[in-house]
Amino acid sequence: MSASDVQAIEVRGLSTRFGETVIHRDVDLDVEVGQMLGLVGGSGSGKTTLLRAIVGLLVPNKGSVKLFGESVFDADPTIRRNLRRRFGMLFQQGALFSALSVYDNIAFPLRELRVLDEDMISELVYLKLGMVELEPRHAQLMPAELSGGMIKRVALARALSLEPELLVLDEPTAGLDPDLADNFVKLIRMLQKELGFTVVMVTHDLETLAGLATRVAVLAEQRIIACGTPAEVLAVDHPFIRNFFCSEHAGAVMQKGIV
Amino acid sequence: MASAVIESSKREGRLHVTLSGDWTLARLPTPIATLEDRLQELTANDAVWDLSAISRIDSVGAILLWRAWGRRWPGSLEALASHRSALERAATIPMDRRSSQRKERFAWVYVLGGLILAAGKNMRDIVALIGQLLLDTGHLFAHPGEFPWREFSANLFKSGAQALPVTALVGFLIGVVLSFLSSLQLKTFGADIYIVNLLGISIIRELGPVIVAVLVAGRSGSAMTAQIGVMRVTQELDALATMGISRSLRLIFPKVLALSLAMPLLVVWCAAAGIIGGMVSANLEMGLSYGYFIDALPKVVPVANVWIGIGKGFFFGMLIALIACHFGLKVRPNTESLSAKTTTAVVTAITVVIIVDAIFALLTRNVGMPGGG
Repeated sequence: MSASDVQAIEVRGLSTRFGETVIHRDVDLDVEVGQMLGLVGGSGSGKTTLLRAIVGLLVPNKGSVKLFGESVFDADPTIRRNLRRRFGMLFQQGALFSALSVYDNIAFPLRELRVLDEDMISELVYLKLGMVELEPRHAQLMPAELSGGMIKRVALARALSLEPELLVLDEPTAGLDPDLADNFVKLIRMLQKELGFTVVMVTHDLETLAGLATRVAVLAEQRIIACGTPAEVLAVDHPFIRNFFCSEHAGAVMQKGIV
Repeated sequence: MASAVIESSKREGRLHVTLSGDWTLARLPTPIATLEDRLQELTANDAVWDLSAISRIDSVGAILLWRAWGRRWPGSLEALASHRSALERAATIPMDRRSSQRKERFAWVYVLGGLILAAGKNMRDIVALIGQLLLDTGHLFAHPGEFPWREFSANLFKSGAQALPVTALVGFLIGVVLSFLSSLQLKTFGADIYIVNLLGISIIRELGPVIVAVLVAGRSGSAMTAQIGVMRVTQELDALATMGISRSLRLIFPKVLALSLAMPLLVVWCAAAGIIGGMVSANLEMGLSYGYFIDALPKVVPVANVWIGIGKGFFFGMLIALIACHFGLKVRPNTESLSAKTTTAVVTAITVVIIVDAIFALLTRNVGMPGGG
């Protein structure tokens, strides 16, 4: 298919800084369609900032970001808007609209398209709820009534509501207990297998990384110091990578993930 | 990347339907209803479905087909395994999902009852809040070192000093307008000089306190509700509680005390601006000299009116702060609740102020009126 020639994400020469603090210096990053990329790095290394630049929440000081070959800051608002319908983002805290019920949260992006009738939207909402393993009776709950794990699931259902080709995850398992985190990782992996979307995620949780990522990019010293399969990244000799992956526990987790 | 295409042909006496292209949300031709009608029409003819030419299908496409098929698998279907799984997922959507909404026959009775119960509960909670503040006051008398000076002075500055420009402006303009309109009437009776009595009593006793109360309720009351409400949303209230710090003592007490003290001062300030505005207007409109106005004011307006105005200011300030804090504590952790409670706080504060003002007017009807008993 010709579509596979186009990179899902193409970051070129990205530089960002806040005041005097330089966050990124000439960052390049490529993600191919269908890959699951995990961005790792120490606290304050600019993982989330890079993610925000990718989805167009933050204008970089220099450089370009292209999704599916089109710039997120294209001059044409129609292109910008259509591009934003091709990816879904899962925020760390869920970012559910607290004034809307679970049902309306998931239906919101669908209604905004203005091409689907309410019956179709309703079917889609319950389909997505089923996908993230929630029950129909949860649809009428308000976000304030949900537990942490359920918030993540609803947020995932909302991120998936427009059938995105790219799913952007910011700390998908932060704040979940290991058991729930494990389930959530399995859920995303299962959905990815079925729907075939590309995944980019920021995480500091090695279990999540090992469970999901087919490729790993390591951010340190304001740039990407390593990018490749987990095994390739583990082989890179760099103090940060040694510290991050090569503690006894981390090594075991990553080995398990690779095998 | 073609959009969804339907082709049909008759072979061996049966209708064969071939679907191809992308059956995805982004690629479906609009309006979707036309497509759906076509599909339904084909279903009615008991067609043989060939889906193997479809390049991509997502849940929208799957649901579309599933609905067109009347939620049944068609008699003969050819599809790739991956596409079939998308259809299977659409087939598993639960049908009995709508929680049947009961229609009460006397819904308005429930609504009315709910409102009355809510009002009663608010009243009870405000009384409890006042009680807590009294206990705090007692506690502070016993431990004067714990007085929250910083919070108190910050609130005094925010709700008092920073409100000076707007209250002066509004007071001045009201004075000008009132004086101008009254003088038109008074001139027809040749009762020009009574403008001093009229303005003095009305502004000092009535308009000053009420205008300041409305302004402060909108300005400081809403800010207090929103602040406490956001502290609830961000769990700052919980953080305070775990540190063993009383939120009533550190958050609410200084707000109520500061507004109770700032309001009477604002009332005096606003009334003064109003009188000056009225004086300027009377001078321009009727040629009443400033000297006469200032000379006559204390003679025709008994000083009791000033005290009534200040007393009202004190009570109004206390009520506004109490109501604002009460509704701030009632905010639930979501944006809708925050905006609803802030609105309720301001509306309730203004309404209560007007009601209390009416009670004041009744109780003080014999006080401070020139020539009165």
